[in-house]
Order: sequence, then C-alpha cells, then structure tokens
Amino acid sequence: MAEKEGGGEDNTVAEIEKKITEAFEVFDHECNQTVDVREIGSIVRSLGCYPTEAQLHELLAEVEEEEPTGYIHLQKFLPVMTRVLVERSYQPTPEDVLLHAFEALDVNKCGYLTKEELVKYMTEEGEPFTQEEMEDMLSAALDPETNTMRYKDYITLMIVDDV
Amino acid sequence: MGHSHCSSACRFRFCALAFKAAVLIQRWYRRYVARLEMRRRCTWRIFQSIEYACEQDQIKLHNFFSYLMDRFTPSSSKERKLPHAFCRYAELEKYCDYESMEVPDSYVGPRLSFPLLPDHATALLEAFKQKQQLHARYVLNLLHETRKHLKQLPNISHVSTCYSEEVTVCGDLHGQLDDLFLIFYKNGLPSPSKTYVFNGDFVDRGKQSLEILIVLFTFLLVYPNEVHLNRGNHEDHMVNLRYGFTKEVMQKYKVHGRKILKMIQNVFCWLPLATLIDEKVLIIHGGISDTTDLDMLEKIQRHKFISVLRGKKRKESNRNVEIQEINGEDKAQASPAEQDGAASACPQSRAAQAPSMANRLEFSRWVRQTVQEQIERCRRLVDVSESEEEELTYSSLVSMTDLDAPESFRSLQILDILWSDPMPQEGCRENTVRGGGCYFGPDVTEKILKKYSLQFLIRSHECKQEGYEFCHNRKVLTIFSASNYYEIGSNRGAYVKLGPDLVPHFVQYQANKTAHTLTMTQRISRVEESAFRALREKLFAHTSALSSAFKAYDKEGRITLSTWATAVESVLRLGLPWRMLRPQLVRSAADGTLEYQSWLEDLAMEQRSREHIQSGLLEVIYRNRSNLETIFRIIDRDHSGLISFEEFHQTWKLFSSHMNIELTDDGISDLVRSIDFNKDGNIDFNEFLEAFRLVKQSTPAARAKPPRSHDANRI
Repeated sequence: MAEKEGGGEDNTVAEIEKKITEAFEVFDHECNQTVDVREIGSIVRSLGCYPTEAQLHELLAEVEEEEPTGYIHLQKFLPVMTRVLVERSYQPTPEDVLLHAFEALDVNKCGYLTKEELVKYMTEEGEPFTQEEMEDMLSAALDPETNTMRYKDYITLMIVDDV
Repeated sequence: MGHSHCSSACRFRFCALAFKAAVLIQRWYRRYVARLEMRRRCTWRIFQSIEYACEQDQIKLHNFFSYLMDRFTPSSSKERKLPHAFCRYAELEKYCDYESMEVPDSYVGPRLSFPLLPDHATALLEAFKQKQQLHARYVLNLLHETRKHLKQLPNISHVSTCYSEEVTVCGDLHGQLDDLFLIFYKNGLPSPSKTYVFNGDFVDRGKQSLEILIVLFTFLLVYPNEVHLNRGNHEDHMVNLRYGFTKEVMQKYKVHGRKILKMIQNVFCWLPLATLIDEKVLIIHGGISDTTDLDMLEKIQRHKFISVLRGKKRKESNRNVEIQEINGEDKAQASPAEQDGAASACPQSRAAQAPSMANRLEFSRWVRQTVQEQIERCRRLVDVSESEEEELTYSSLVSMTDLDAPESFRSLQILDILWSDPMPQEGCRENTVRGGGCYFGPDVTEKILKKYSLQFLIRSHECKQEGYEFCHNRKVLTIFSASNYYEIGSNRGAYVKLGPDLVPHFVQYQANKTAHTLTMTQRISRVEESAFRALREKLFAHTSALSSAFKAYDKEGRITLSTWATAVESVLRLGLPWRMLRPQLVRSAADGTLEYQSWLEDLAMEQRSREHIQSGLLEVIYRNRSNLETIFRIIDRDHSGLISFEEFHQTWKLFSSHMNIELTDDGISDLVRSIDFNKDGNIDFNEFLEAFRLVKQSTPAARAKPPRSHDANRI
C-alpha cells in the first residue's frame, strides 16, 4: 500500500496494532491467532514494508517460539511488527532507484533485458528467486514476441497496479 | 554480454553492482507479490461473506413464511397441509402428460426415446454444446423416468471399487455446464468402466442448471450402476426460488416451465442422500453432526422431505431440537383451498379464527394481529429481553408449534447432511451463518468415522480456491467443481479419483480460456474489481444505517479512517478486514479524515449511474430486492411472472410486516392503481419496482436532499 501515513489520528499505536491484527487474521486460517511461518513474509510486506530476505529472517528469529513449531503467534508478532512500523524500518525503494537497478544490469544500454539475462540475474544473483517466482515474473514482464523485458514499462505497470 | 575485455577490477565492480541491483529488484518484486496475495485473500473473504450473508436472509425469510403457513393449516401434525398461498400440490399424473405433447417437425434438437441409450447421451452433449434446447416433452419424459429410477434406490448408495477400478467424485456444479464439459473431456464420459459420483448442488447461480440436470439424469439412466447422485442443499425448490434455477426454467420454457419445475421438485426429493465407497469413504453434500446416524439415514423416507429449509432452533448445550415437521406430499391431496381460497384451507380447531382467504383485507389484518400475538406470547414464555426480539420473530415462533419428536429428529438428520460445514475448533454447534445444519469439529469427525469404521469423508458445499481442500487432519475432504465461481479467475474447480487403495488423486481445471492467458496480476485485479463492486453495492444498501453510525462519531461532518472501519463493521457485520480494504473504498483527505456524507453520495452516484433511479429509494429497493423477488415468486404460484391485484395487496402487507415499513391501505390502493401500466389487471415485478419509484416521486419530501434515514422509512 503506497499510501501516505500522514493522518494525525491514524498513526496512533492503537491504530497500527489494529492494522497489523487485521492483516494477520487474513492469513489465520484456523481462527486461533496463529499463522503459518511461511506467510509472515506476505503479512509484513503487505503492511507496506520492503524487507530483504535476510531482514525477514532476522525478524522471524524474533517472533518464533524458542522451539520453532512452524506457527507464529499474534502475541509475539504484534509488538515486533508495531515497532517495525513505528520506526519505519524496511522503507520502500523509490521508483527511480529501481530504474537505476535495472539500468545497471542492462550493460548494453538497450532499454531492455533479454529473457536469459533476466533469468540469470534473478536466479543467480542477490537473493535468488525460486523457479515459481521466476516464472511469475516472466509471465507478466516478458514480451512474448521478442522474449525481452522492457523494464521501464514493467516498472510503470507494476506501480499502477500496486494501490 | 560484452565487456570481456574489462579489467578484473571493472568486472569486480560490476559483480558487486549486479548483486546490489538484483537484491533491490528482488526485494521490490517480493513486496509486490505479497501485496497481490493479500488482495487475493481479501477478495476471497469479500465474496464469501456476502454469499453467506445472503443465505442468512433466505433463512429468515423462509422461517417467516413457514410460520405463516402453519398458522393457516390444520393443527394436527398428521394432516399438516400447506395453505393455498404457499403450496404447490403435485398431481403428478397431470404433469406427466408429456405423451400428448406434440413435437413439431421444425424441431431440430435431440429426440429421446426410452429406454435411453449411450447415443442419446452423446447427442444431448453435442446439442447443448451447440446451444440447442431440449423439447419440453423430452424433458418431462426424462424427469418421469428419472423419478421412477430414483424411487427404487436406497438412501445411501453403495459403490465398490472392485467393479470399476476408479471412482471419480465431483462437487458443486451450480449450473456451470462448461465445467461439466471440461470434466468429461479430461476424465472421460461415464461408462461401465468409469464410475462417477456427483455430490449435489447441480443447480442455481449458473445459467445452465437445467442442462446439467438433463445431462446427469440421462447418464444416470443409461449407466445406472456407474452414475450416482447425492442430493445437495440446492436441490430444493424453496432455495431455487431465490438462487436462480426457477427463473432459468421459466425463461427457457415459457409454456411448460411450471410442469417441469413441479416434476423436478419431486425428483429432487427422491435423490439419494449419501454415497459410501467400499464402506469406507462417506460422501455427503454438506457434512455431519455429532448426532448423525447412518442407520437411521438408511431407513428414513427421504422423499418426504421436500424442502429441508425450515425453522428450527437448536440449543447449543443439548441438541434438543424444537423443529417442526416438514410437510409431506406423499398423497397428492388436491386441496380445494388451492383453487378458490375458500375457508376449507383451515378446517380444524385453531384455524377457525382465520378469516377466509377470499377476504384479503381482513385476512391481512388477521395476519398482522396473529404475528403480533405470537411475538407477545413468546416473550412471555421465554422472558426475553428487548435485544433478542429479532431472533424471536422468526425461529422461535416456528418452534412453538406442535411437534412429533421422532419426525423432527429425522428431518434434522437430513438437514445436517445437506447444510453443515466443518470448523477447526472442536465441538458441534449451530451453523448460524447458513441458518441450517451445524458446524462440526475434528472430534465429531473422529467420532463418526470411528463409529462406522470409515476412513474419511468427502463433502462439497463450500467453494475452495484450489477446487479442493483437506481439513480435520485430512479426514475431511472438500471437493468443489465449479471453477470461476465468484468471477472469472476466482478459483479452480477440481474432481477427485479414488482407486481400490482409496488414495485420492486430484485433477484441477479452470473453465475459461481467458483465465489462462491473463497474468496473475490481471486475474487478481479482475476478480477484485468484481468483489469490490459487490461490496460497494452492499455498502450503498445500508446508507441510512451507515449515516447514523458515522454521525455518532461526527465532528463537523468528518470522521477518522479508523472510526470509518469500526462503524462500517458494526453496520454490515461481515467480519471483513476493513483497514486492509479501505484504500479501495475510500479516499481520505490529507489529514487522514473522511467527509462521510460525500463518500456516501459518491456511492449513491455509482449505483444511480447504473440504474437511473433515485438514490434514497434505490437503497431500499437494493436492500430488499432479493427478498421482494423471492416473496413475489412464492405468491406468483403459477410462476407466470404476473400477480393479480389482490395478490399484490397481500404481498405488500406481508412485506411491510416483515420489514417494518409503514404504508396505509389507501397508500397501497393508490400504488396499485398507478402501477398497472398496460391495464391488463396484472402486475409484473418490474412494474412493481417502478411503483416504488413513483411513490417516492409523488411525496413532496422526495425532492429534498437527505437525511436519507427519514426517506427510507417514509415509503
């Protein structure tokens, strides 16, 4: 949600906690205040944060039980996530920085990345994509006729959709 | 890629840069995907909450009419008859006169002859693919033969995997013929080597419910040992009135629709209740309860339960049911009451007080009075506080009537089978969302499985994103075969195959070409758009209540977004994550507050632009439209789509006592006079809706602006 948290009363801790609880409950299938640990990433990110995988692991370490059960309790998650939001950790990358990132990978400066290049970078560099993630990105980003990704267009497309 | 002549330092720099760039992109992308996932789940929640909220309305409405039905009829529980206004007696011989129906030479559709052959089945499939319609004569003939066949089947079908290697089980189809075609395409047609079980809910919502029934019944007759049908909660004429099947049949068969519906109503009653595979896997449409008794289910006279949607109040602690008997229609007792509305509708004891149905005004007054009296009586007996009044009006009233206990327990068995849902928590409690059946926990599953030495349950009844879902430690499997149920791209359908090892194998599908070519984002956006449109409609329908709720927090016409969320939930009670949904519903000012009045006006404008009717009035119509439509269909007993003036009058009285809207008798007469546009002595539903608009326009206050809460009540 690229919304501005500029409202006076909406920034109270109470309101933040309500937001976190709501997001948490969307993934709480058994209605018992727990979620599968694998969904924590989705929850954190849908609350407006952009953690790297490494940062996410750190956060997980804080909210997991001493003996990891595969489930995270709201009681542990809430205070940690509240702090994250209050301190505005894991801030989003501005659009232009993202563009620079693509441009950096586009060594030939042609305005696009080939499928091979994209796959190589996303699956071998940084915090590699899983095969599923790669396929998803390709299905949306790749122009099937040229097998290339015009990254400028892609960024715009993604931002428009990302309410 | 070039730069192979770069110095190693340069290359090193590039690598470090590539790494950083990659992390940035990946981080950004993952965030985007998570956001999509959240949107997808919220959309799902919206559809589900609206779907089940509608079912609640249906129950309330039905309870109310059930109660009324019983006030007019003889009190003896043995001879309970449906009063003329609500009963549709089947003198089935009358409806089986298809033999005299001529099929014109110009008819190019399939012609059926009995006994049916495999060729007939394939011809039908082909015909439906070409959008042809089966002649009414053959439809009736088919229904007649189907009924004959079903009558000799037991309540629980027993299937064995040793005869046909695999059994394929399909869930809800809900009139989506394309899904059935897909299933047959992927899995093969029913045949001596291909056994199918169809687990109910063949009709309603989708537009080709009748075609599905025709296809299924045809295969049932062609391969009686290999095709098994279970009854679902939508195989029920009262539910069909509301959810589209009745309408579909009447539109497709203008002359013979009535007969067809009558026959189908009877066929539904004869559908088996459950299927057992190898005595180890139980297949039922809804679920079970802690009192489910398979031995009793085997012995029940299932056809007596025409519509299992009746009032009942189940206590949570002991499931001591006070439900009323479901009326049997075993003998086609042609009630004279149906024909001329004479006093014979109420021949015995307490009904002596009911005035003749022929005298409408008096009758409606009596209805009002009686309802009020009953409410008072209940209050005295039960000694309940004000806040529970709403509940009393419906379920408790019904439960006050005389009961035959074993009869009611039997009907409860069927109710549970067709309407229940599993829940994660232990225990067994009333299914208040649906208004019928119960929620059963893993302990109940365990208990019943153990009691009958079963391995697991297969049920349907609930839409699942992937077409299927396990719960209760994989002891309960939900299978749902209607893909894109809420909207194109909303979910997959699935069917499950079981071999002798009884290990389930799933096949999923989505019956729409475009769903595959859309990207994940587009798919989600599309479904989401649909969900939000439905949600905004619902919000609009509650404009007055929302306005009042907001006012309570008001400071100069503004409220905070946090307040907005709290208020909306208190009015709509859908249990949705409103703070997550807010960006799609509300635009706030920079200071995070909302001018709620203009927000409400925006909502109205959106609806208005779609229907060109005045908004205050529109709100009332919207909120009550399906109720109105349902009521109309009940009163319009010949399903002609038209009702007479007297019937209209009656309808209005019932409606106003149900909905607490005041209108004097003079007001009604004025209405009536003005709305019959073509002066043919009849009113169709559209004329009625138009009537709303006219009444609204004729009152001077109509031209003034809100407060809407007043306007709505002035109707």
